[in-house]
Amino acid sequence: MSSALVKNSLSWVIGGPQGSGVDSAANIFSRACAQGGLHLFGKREYYSNIKGDHSYFTVRVAENPVNSHLDEINILVTFDAETVFRHAHKVAKGGAIIYDSSLVNISINEVPTIDDQSSIRISDILNTAGYPTTIQGILDFAKSNGCVVYGLPYFEMIEDLARGLNDPSLSKLTRMVNVIALSSSLALLKFDKKQLIKAIQTVFQTKPKVLGNNIAAAEYAYSYIGKKYDIAQFIYMLEPRPPLKEYLLVQGNQASAMGKIIGGCRFQTYYPITPASDDSEFLEANQIFDLTSGAKGSIVVVQTEDEIAAITMAISAALTGVRSATATSGPGFSLMAEALGWAGMNEVPVVITLYQRTGPSTGLPTRHEQSDLLFAIHAGHGEFPRIVFASGDIEEAFYDSIKVFNLAEKYQLPVIHMLDKALANSIKTCKKFDQHKVPIERGDLISKVDENLSTRSGGHYLRFRLSDNPVSTRVPLGTENAIFWNTGDEHTEEGHITEDPDLRNKMVSKRMNKLEKALSEIPIEDKLVCFEFGKSTGDITVVSWGSTKGAIIEAMEMLARRGKGIRFIQLRLLHPFPSYEMMNLLKNTRLLIDIEMNYTSQLASLIKQHTGSDIDYRIVKFNGRPMSTSEVYYAVSAILEGTSQKRIVLEHGT
Amino acid sequence: MALKLAEYKTTVHNDWCAGCGDFGILNAIQMALHEMQIPRHRAVIFSGIGCSGKTPHFINTYGVHTLHGRVLPFAQGAKLANPDLEIIALGGDGDGLGIGAGHFVGAGRKNVDIPYILFNNAVYGLTKGQASPTLKLGMKTKSLSQPNSNSSVNPISLALVAGYTFIARSYSYDVRHLRDVIIKAIQHKGLAYVDVLQPCPTYNDINTREWFQGQDNIDQESGHQVPRIYKIEDRGYDGVVHNTNELGNKMAQVLDIANEWGSKIPIGIFYQNEFVPTYHERISQHISDYATNPPAKQPLCTTEGVPLADISKLLSALRIDN
Repeated sequence: MSSALVKNSLSWVIGGPQGSGVDSAANIFSRACAQGGLHLFGKREYYSNIKGDHSYFTVRVAENPVNSHLDEINILVTFDAETVFRHAHKVAKGGAIIYDSSLVNISINEVPTIDDQSSIRISDILNTAGYPTTIQGILDFAKSNGCVVYGLPYFEMIEDLARGLNDPSLSKLTRMVNVIALSSSLALLKFDKKQLIKAIQTVFQTKPKVLGNNIAAAEYAYSYIGKKYDIAQFIYMLEPRPPLKEYLLVQGNQASAMGKIIGGCRFQTYYPITPASDDSEFLEANQIFDLTSGAKGSIVVVQTEDEIAAITMAISAALTGVRSATATSGPGFSLMAEALGWAGMNEVPVVITLYQRTGPSTGLPTRHEQSDLLFAIHAGHGEFPRIVFASGDIEEAFYDSIKVFNLAEKYQLPVIHMLDKALANSIKTCKKFDQHKVPIERGDLISKVDENLSTRSGGHYLRFRLSDNPVSTRVPLGTENAIFWNTGDEHTEEGHITEDPDLRNKMVSKRMNKLEKALSEIPIEDKLVCFEFGKSTGDITVVSWGSTKGAIIEAMEMLARRGKGIRFIQLRLLHPFPSYEMMNLLKNTRLLIDIEMNYTSQLASLIKQHTGSDIDYRIVKFNGRPMSTSEVYYAVSAILEGTSQKRIVLEHGT
Repeated sequence: MALKLAEYKTTVHNDWCAGCGDFGILNAIQMALHEMQIPRHRAVIFSGIGCSGKTPHFINTYGVHTLHGRVLPFAQGAKLANPDLEIIALGGDGDGLGIGAGHFVGAGRKNVDIPYILFNNAVYGLTKGQASPTLKLGMKTKSLSQPNSNSSVNPISLALVAGYTFIARSYSYDVRHLRDVIIKAIQHKGLAYVDVLQPCPTYNDINTREWFQGQDNIDQESGHQVPRIYKIEDRGYDGVVHNTNELGNKMAQVLDIANEWGSKIPIGIFYQNEFVPTYHERISQHISDYATNPPAKQPLCTTEGVPLADISKLLSALRIDN
């Protein structure tokens, strides 16, 4: 095995029972790395459970920006036996496992939270390789794969620390296992301890009581592992780099919520649902914000009795001229379908932030999928215009959160902003958001109506004036001289019920014509983004949408380094579909590969429907775990080598 | 210049059946708006679906005819975004107590300052007479093939336990009484429920106008017919909670009187409690300028479209180079 140093390129995983501090440990690690000038991408995996089930956090560290994770693990940091059992066999050659040395005799059957399927799968691996199904067995197996294992007696360490600090009460603080384990890993990586301490200070700044103890535990663990093991032999290391100027360490749901504040959203409703609630909770926690004038602005966030109330409240708030949104996930969005049609019928600009998760029904409530694309496009009975817009990464989520309100108001229709669990629960270093990059465009909205204008039809304001086809002037409820009506029934120009066949034809056409108008006006970069890798001529094209972007781009870069020329088209505007641009781009394509996180290749069917192009290969994944760069790379490689099936199902993930 | 009653009426053709109780309710709402001289552009009438749902189209103010069962969240959303609007929510019994029952209860917990007028005729009129949530168990109205197999919900009691802070009932053929109750409901600080008994001349052949008038309700001694409807105020009933100590008694008294049905049916103000903070007051607890600077009044950007919000502090907290 090569013992060449691997510097600043690492896949680090930390895991333990839900509620044991996995997130805060990952947060400290991430901050420490980022403060040390390193880029990172992190993702969080957890069960639908409050306490006790397995959760883990993957952080990939690099010198350049990263946007995805890899299959292999270089350092596995574990709090408990379950994490060792679930991940140890995925640690790559030369990697490390940090574990609680008191657990070595535990057998897999003694871990109640490991389900039967996983237990059988892991046991099979160990049995085949000839190792017992104990922690010692799996560690020996890992060693046979070229890993180094570092056993640390966590509880003895805590007791010793308590004695040293002369504070016996500390010895019961099992909670500090997380800091001990994570500090050990940073010591192993020979990473600057100052950055570790600074990160702990940042993460625990609101909890001064535990700050001191955590710092003491970190210092203790940092030196402990070096005394017990010869860590100089470990091949991975992290070395601080010049500070990342003007960079943020930010999560997807924070990006979306901050975009809403900048984009002028002043009313948001929600019913609690994973993984969408964080968006609303962030807004609620930051409901009062600064204005450039020095005054304060605010957003009203309302928790409703269900998602039907959430969307209907958001719609009526929009009728008062407010930029208004609701955030939900698949099950909640299913309940919103009827009201979505009302918004379409009444030409109401409302934004639905749809954080997709694994469906159908309750599905895997805390896991990832992109299976609501066709539903978002078709939700609701009857025909009405809407825009479906998908962001590909955290940065896009911020800027798109502003853009979707512009689209909603310019075309006076509901906009569904597609995000997902992978995006919501990932964290990365990214360029500081530019608050003024996307201007606010409110479309044809007026707040004053001349008395004479109101007489243009029998004394009434024509909210749905046909001659404005397709977008009429909008006024907020409460505007003088502009009284109008709304109804879910087909309506006249004033908004009264009609069943007249001629008027019906005109009104449907007026509304539906917005889609053509939107297609002709939306700039191409908001419709799709075309990335060229290597000497791409467009003859090999990969298409996808949403959060698979990061894994695909990196995999394409790897392929380009192998001399392949590939084009990747990331679709952003999914409805109305940018057929013209797509047909142009696909003209010279002889090999078309679709990649997405669902069973049925939903984007592929849209492409076929709108461009006539057949998809040659489909790479899909629906096990609830996001695609890794490794998986995409191997799958596309196999296609290019002609050794692949027409449909590849990716299966990686724990 | 004072607005005339006629100015609150539209010229839209009204397609309710002749003799429909809805007409009385429509008139009473228009009279209340006129009496209070509410500027037409400041009023928004929200409705659900059904015969009652058409009401906004006959009133010459802003009108929002929403979805079946969803009138309350629609009405609340607009009121929370712009508290200056004078909002009236209205709907039918199937609308509000069947498909919309979840919102009926949810709204009680929020106490948004709006009146909710429920057109209660015990049948689904527009879909041709099915049993509604307020039709009594075992009743067989005209278009039912079998007697009603569901028990009825008591909206007065439900409103009370759900947290409505004003609860009243009136009768669609006593338009003056209804008008006065609606005015009080609009003036009430908080969520007001107004239950309006109304005959459906087409489908409810049991609770007819004659039935309410007591055609079959004969006093044994005098031999005269006795109207079923009576006004609780006439009997010295006081539903107002004057201090919080009497809350328990006042609530008990509502439940007591809400159960009266059959030979005597009470109308009037059953309950009013202004000690419960409105949702606006609750928001103002954490957004202190909410009353003067609600969502609808906040400018978002300069004329060039530059956002006015400044999240520099939030971004700074996420920076890693400081």
